[in-house]
Amino acid sequence: MLFDKPSPPNPADQGKIFGKPHPRIDGPKKVTGTAPYAYEYKLAEDNAVYGFLLGSSIAKGRIASIDASLAEKAPGVLLVLTHENAPKHKPENSRAAPQLQGPEIKQYEQAIAFVVAETFEEARAAARLIRVTYRTEDGAFVLADEKDKGKPTKTAPDTATGNFDKAFAEAEVKVDVTYTTPDQSQSMMEPHASMAVWEGGKLTVYTSHQVLHWAHAGIADTLGLDEDKVRVVSAYIGGGFGSKLEVYSDPILSSMAAIKLGRPVKTALTRPQIYNHTTHRPATIQHIQLGADRDGRLTAVGHRTWSGDQEGGEPETASEQTKLLYGGENRRVETRLTVLDLPKGGSMRAPGEAVGMLALECAMDELAEALGMDPVDLRIVNDVQYDPEKGPERPFSSRKFVECLKTGAETFGWSARKSKPGSVRDGDWLVGMGVASAFRKNIVQESGARVRLMPDGHLVIETQQTDIGTGSYTMLGMIGAEMLGLPLDAVDVRLGDTDFPKASGSGGSWGANSAGSGVYYACEALRKELARKAGFNAESVSFSDGRIISGGNAVALTDIVRTGAVEASDKAEFGDLTEKYAQASFGAHFAEVAVHAFTAEIRVRRMLSVCAAGRIFNPVTARSQCLGGMTMGIGAALMEECVVDPRYGYFVNHDLAEYQVPVHADIPDLDVIFLDELDDQSSPLRGKGVGELGICGVGASVANAVYNACGVRVRDYPVTLDKIIGRFDL
Amino acid sequence: MNSEDTASATPRMSVTLTVNGKDEHLTIDPRVTLLDALRDHLGLTGTKKGCDHGQCGACTVHVNGRRINSCLTLAVMHEGEDVTTIEGLGTPEHMHALQQAFVERDAFQCGYCTPGQICSAAAVIEEIEAGIPSHVTPDLGDVQFSDEEVRERMSGNLCRCAAYPNIIAAIRDVREGGKA
Ligand code: FES
Ligand code: FES
Repeated sequence: MLFDKPSPPNPADQGKIFGKPHPRIDGPKKVTGTAPYAYEYKLAEDNAVYGFLLGSSIAKGRIASIDASLAEKAPGVLLVLTHENAPKHKPENSRAAPQLQGPEIKQYEQAIAFVVAETFEEARAAARLIRVTYRTEDGAFVLADEKDKGKPTKTAPDTATGNFDKAFAEAEVKVDVTYTTPDQSQSMMEPHASMAVWEGGKLTVYTSHQVLHWAHAGIADTLGLDEDKVRVVSAYIGGGFGSKLEVYSDPILSSMAAIKLGRPVKTALTRPQIYNHTTHRPATIQHIQLGADRDGRLTAVGHRTWSGDQEGGEPETASEQTKLLYGGENRRVETRLTVLDLPKGGSMRAPGEAVGMLALECAMDELAEALGMDPVDLRIVNDVQYDPEKGPERPFSSRKFVECLKTGAETFGWSARKSKPGSVRDGDWLVGMGVASAFRKNIVQESGARVRLMPDGHLVIETQQTDIGTGSYTMLGMIGAEMLGLPLDAVDVRLGDTDFPKASGSGGSWGANSAGSGVYYACEALRKELARKAGFNAESVSFSDGRIISGGNAVALTDIVRTGAVEASDKAEFGDLTEKYAQASFGAHFAEVAVHAFTAEIRVRRMLSVCAAGRIFNPVTARSQCLGGMTMGIGAALMEECVVDPRYGYFVNHDLAEYQVPVHADIPDLDVIFLDELDDQSSPLRGKGVGELGICGVGASVANAVYNACGVRVRDYPVTLDKIIGRFDL
Repeated sequence: MNSEDTASATPRMSVTLTVNGKDEHLTIDPRVTLLDALRDHLGLTGTKKGCDHGQCGACTVHVNGRRINSCLTLAVMHEGEDVTTIEGLGTPEHMHALQQAFVERDAFQCGYCTPGQICSAAAVIEEIEAGIPSHVTPDLGDVQFSDEEVRERMSGNLCRCAAYPNIIAAIRDVREGGKA
């Protein structure tokens, strides 16, 4: 069904189950360790063997020689693949991930050999026996050195409105600042893993991937198999945060070996391999110029971002939110991409905004200070209810930005903040408060589902949609229950299998709204079919308590399906409402931070996020998504950084001990408030993306609170204690 | 898979472990970690491998009543010892109080760190009750249950989904309910 008009009232609006808080239906499996992740499938025949990847130890150049003879003779070894004996791939689509195709090395930890053995220990030991020599070439690894070679991109085209240069030159108050953000790692807890099974000319790959049709296309195309000969399963995924949007070597090499050996092959990347073998969020340099009149109204808004990626790669689109977040007549927003020979860049939670807001929202704090204005008020003054580049003819579909700021300020006790930095002391701690806006564009994607009412009266929902921790199982079940008038425990949700209808997958915060709409339309089709079978007019029926009701008549659903299950499928397709309307989720983050007067240790004491993201499908899982985003935002502000070795072109701190992520002791109780909002233009479910909103701006609220606490402004993230110690008055 | 069935020159050792109350005899490569023995040889995949380097806590199990990172120890070092994994704490039909509380508090998202968090939490409650102090204990002679104590002791269990506040709440619930 095409969604191209604002949604009229519909059965998903009833509010009996959908939109109410529900614990996860997959919870009991996850807490008891019985939910199978990719590496953990138990096959009827217990004959799986183990793959182990050997990665390149240079970033750029060629393999001069590779000698696998010792490895081949090592105990338990069944197969060693290198570029010298691997089958050739002829990929045609952009999701393909050819492996071991030649001696060229494009990144550190690129797969150069793959060992399969009877046991994991044997495969790992044999991989160490492979002798490799390289011809190393010089590479470009440091963004700051390369940025001036950067070029504009199609992904994030430059825009200009009014006369930015003139307005900025004439502005009464201005800031002109450059911020940098480092490379960051998604560091989800489940390593990338795949188990490939080749049986009767058909390949089944259990893998950990966020968008199954991308994995399906990528795996089939790389191996030169028809898609109907390949099944991909990702029923449980141990987190992704964008890292699992790509096909890496593990499914491809496992499949190649499984086809060759006729035995199932399972392979997990080791944690140290992940940081250089898989994607990361690229570093940025961001130049922000803001000009305002004395009342704080922006007259000039300028944002230019530089980032790097391998040849043919993509920019980190950190300037993009600046096109939409604040008003102001004269604007210039630009993105530059340069070539780097680091590991390939990719998506990490809220690509673009997550780091764009780190810079923009600190620059706004600097502007507020220059104006002598409260930073909450500055943001309120610059609210705009339409796309400021296009004008009032392109309004926002919904935008409760000012309400978020006001509710947050009041709830958090913002009025107690002292605007002069370093004014509040609590024992040996300097205490400060910071605020930042939250913004994340709303994305919807085509998504399908199949629903089936079984003879015993329970509803089966099948879709390729994945649940990466976002709560898809529960939310889709709630939609089905609401639509068919059933209790949630009468719904059986089956996800993450390419045998089911193609779905949006999980990424870009589009999962719940898109896949939910697919389930909604499939349920609509099922309702019609059930009404027809009951002899009712489909336009006037309602479903409740396991019955279909029309006027004074009611029929139990179990009576209709007694003779056989009734099935329907449909998909949600989206028209041009995202063109006609600017669509985004909004929010405001408030943080209180303490800086130790003598050690400069930084502690987040409390934090509040207020979000307006359309209908909140399940407040329980939406809140958890926000907690996760807030915590990752605290990580971005205070600790996360992939450190580039400029000599060898790799990330040095490539494990969970050296790449710092927040732990229990770093995170206090966090508060989240969702404002009531229904967005008629976004989908029939009236929701907007929420999973990434929680991170956008958080880090800036923390950095602004650090500044308010001690008066040191750090413009190079992360804000670590070495950058502030000795720079503030006691 | 059962590696003892296969022909190879890798030396094997035998070891007997009591896992979740059941005796398990294994003949395995001495390099097999306790974690891989559980996951790959005994099919107990509830215990997770997040890093294999003692950095994440996903592999936490109890050995002779104490929590350890099972990736940092070899299976053959535990001859005759008692191992409890997440599967030994409860099942979907009969959940342990902590498992129940984790569901009620939404103390996880992707669920991958969760078995480790729960095994750790069970041990943390006992450690505090036994009066074992931590880095943040104000008075070493008087160990009290507090959110701060729990946060400190749980900090070896990373959760990238960052269910941290909900995990603390779940542990608090169980401790206050006296259900541990
Ligand atoms: S897997 Fe053992 S600590 Fe990470
Ligand atoms: S629940 Fe996903 S890492 Fe903790």
